[in-house]
Amino acid sequence: MNDVRIFDGPSAPRTNTAGDPSRRSFLRTGAAALGGMAALAAALSPLRELAADDVPNLDDFLQKHYKEMTAAEMEVALERIRAKVEERYGVRPHVRDLKPMDGVEFGYALNLSRCIGCRKCVHACVAENNQSRSPEIQYIRVIEMPRGTMDVEKGSHHYDRPEVPEAQHFYMPVQCHQCANPPCVKVCPVEATWQEKDGITVIDYDWCIGCRYCEAACPYWARRFNFAKPSLPREQLNPNMSYLSNRPREKGVMEKCHFCLHRTREGRMPACAEICPTGARKFGNLLDPHSEVSEILKTKRVFVLKEEVGTLPRFFYYFDERYPNQLDPDAVAIAERLREEEGDAYGALPGVNGPSAAALALASPQRCHGARA
Amino acid sequence: MTTYLKFLSRCFRLSFVGDARYYAWMFALTVCVLLGINAYCKQLVYGLATTGMTDQVSWGFYIANFTFLVGMAAAAVMLVIPVYVYRNRELHDLVIFGELFAVAAIIMAMLFVTVDLGRPDRFHHLPLRFNFPSSMLTWDVLVLNGYLLLNLHICGYLVYCAYRRREPSKIFYIPFVFIAIVWAISIHTVTAFLYSGLGGRPFWNSAVIAPRFLASAFAAGPAFLILTLSVLRSFTTYEVSTKAFMTLRNIVTIALTINMFLLGSEAFTEFYTDSAHVASAKYLFVGLHGRSALVPWIWSAIALNTIALFLLYMPWSRRLPVLQVVSFMLIVGIWIEKGMGLIVPAFIPTPLGEIVEYLPTLNELLVTLGIWAFGLLIYTILVRVTVPVLAGQLTYDKRFAETKAELEAGLAVGAR
Repeated sequence: MNDVRIFDGPSAPRTNTAGDPSRRSFLRTGAAALGGMAALAAALSPLRELAADDVPNLDDFLQKHYKEMTAAEMEVALERIRAKVEERYGVRPHVRDLKPMDGVEFGYALNLSRCIGCRKCVHACVAENNQSRSPEIQYIRVIEMPRGTMDVEKGSHHYDRPEVPEAQHFYMPVQCHQCANPPCVKVCPVEATWQEKDGITVIDYDWCIGCRYCEAACPYWARRFNFAKPSLPREQLNPNMSYLSNRPREKGVMEKCHFCLHRTREGRMPACAEICPTGARKFGNLLDPHSEVSEILKTKRVFVLKEEVGTLPRFFYYFDERYPNQLDPDAVAIAERLREEEGDAYGALPGVNGPSAAALALASPQRCHGARA
Repeated sequence: MTTYLKFLSRCFRLSFVGDARYYAWMFALTVCVLLGINAYCKQLVYGLATTGMTDQVSWGFYIANFTFLVGMAAAAVMLVIPVYVYRNRELHDLVIFGELFAVAAIIMAMLFVTVDLGRPDRFHHLPLRFNFPSSMLTWDVLVLNGYLLLNLHICGYLVYCAYRRREPSKIFYIPFVFIAIVWAISIHTVTAFLYSGLGGRPFWNSAVIAPRFLASAFAAGPAFLILTLSVLRSFTTYEVSTKAFMTLRNIVTIALTINMFLLGSEAFTEFYTDSAHVASAKYLFVGLHGRSALVPWIWSAIALNTIALFLLYMPWSRRLPVLQVVSFMLIVGIWIEKGMGLIVPAFIPTPLGEIVEYLPTLNELLVTLGIWAFGLLIYTILVRVTVPVLAGQLTYDKRFAETKAELEAGLAVGAR
């Protein structure tokens, strides 16, 4: 390896070009560096469009995980939420951190013989929980199922008939089942989602990093992601909020049904149960043997969706044994009355219940270069 | 310490030395990186709505590329094992290029996860509430970073020893080489468990996912090295023996055979059973309820892999140009199979039976392009620096200008 080397100095005129080579090379390097910086600046230029309230400030950055905050720190965080909501929506909200009650474990029972598929629960939920309206995020999905099967793949998500309920189908609303063995909680890398004492699986919206692993893990497709900045008209804002439930969310975080904990932890019904015109939805305390849900679990043949995945849902379905092959005639009568009263507003709202991405096209026409196929 | 800093600064300066083709390649990569940065800035402003992902298909191209690259990184082990366990001589001086690629691949994989995050500004939440051992994602963070450090250490140590004209001391790297062998298997296994542990996604919920990941990685990784070594052989004076290529060819052949076998096993189990679980596989291979966006993808992957496998078993592929074409085909084939073929169909239909299709948007493609270009940029620089150091052209007792002159002279020879 000891080949002979000729030491001809560092600035040997190897490249025979005109001018002083070191000066030339300096100029060339300088020009290249300048060009590079300009190109980088151009590449970064979209960041100028970042809205000021979209950029996390130091307080946001340093805010602790929900479980680590002291009462005083929580008060500071709540005040910050109030200020932000007031600034963004012009409404001073009533935001609290409501804790679970002792001796309460919430459960849901849904009478499939009374569900008429009117989707009032879907819209009441959106109105209650300050979801983004465009793209619209919905926690409840009502599936129109043909009789004779429980295979959701045979159902229709986007049924659009003014005459619901249609006799050959039944209607199955699905939302977060508040599992006792929740796969979404298990997979979260940062513990941004957990199960509370009363059985509700919640999300700390200020802690979620938006990896969407929970969304992949959920067997009930109950979780939603804010793909875009949520947009909520100020007149539609519900000012009654709590930290772990319906306070407005940011872009890039997960959200999901929380059994309206800002209502239910104060003894009220969730919005979906309250709005249901036929009383198909029953909500209550599983630990209270005299509650309506406990009574239903004892006396009806209830079942859960996808029992085989071992998630132990707290959301139960049942059919009324009095009407083995039809909807409860009482519920059908209610549907007819509603159709008369509400006309076109009754039943399906086309497009709104579609995939959240579809609504994105409306959000902002110059949103991005990517044309959606 | 100063010597080491000087070493780094010399390496940095060395990465700017090259001929017109080198500059053209680096310029093209830089342009792609800038395009990617630009697209990512748009994503930061408008959110992940700039991608084709939806609540229905909530992981797409980014996670697909992440999965593929973890496999590519793990595949370095397919050079390490022959060299350090079976004492293969031909590959001995080449193993470092595999390890360097592992470094670049891991960096790319991590970038793909980062761009997939909705809130990258909250990255520090990860160490603060690290959900270990419950979340497989935290396992992945640990094994990927560990593997990156192991490879940085092994390569850095060997290269620095060559630079100082020292004989590397075995105790400082041999134990790490053997740890890295096990670690390489672990990174891809953990990444497979990330998916296969989800009971709500029957398409992933299969024990064969981890073995399949390893087999496909051990085919695509060495195939990529065949291409890299071909470039080294034609553009530098670095010696790459034909026997080394044949060893890699054998590795690729066996790994690809196993991969095709596992794919067949999976397909048989799904389609012969024909239970409700087959929906995603049906969507992938033949389409479901008239929706079939992924069908052309998977069949091109299968075609590419089958033709590659056939050629590998034929004597023609002993010729380097054929082997290069075969390598390229199977890299693309496996990239499709593991990306669009494994990540996306698990989301279609959704757990509630809805079918929403997925195609990446232009912005998503540009971010992806940028990350790939960045990874290749890193790999090019690593190789560009390593080759002259190992060849004794850049050492601590030589002046940098001398090395530069020597290299430029060499390039002039190579160009002729």
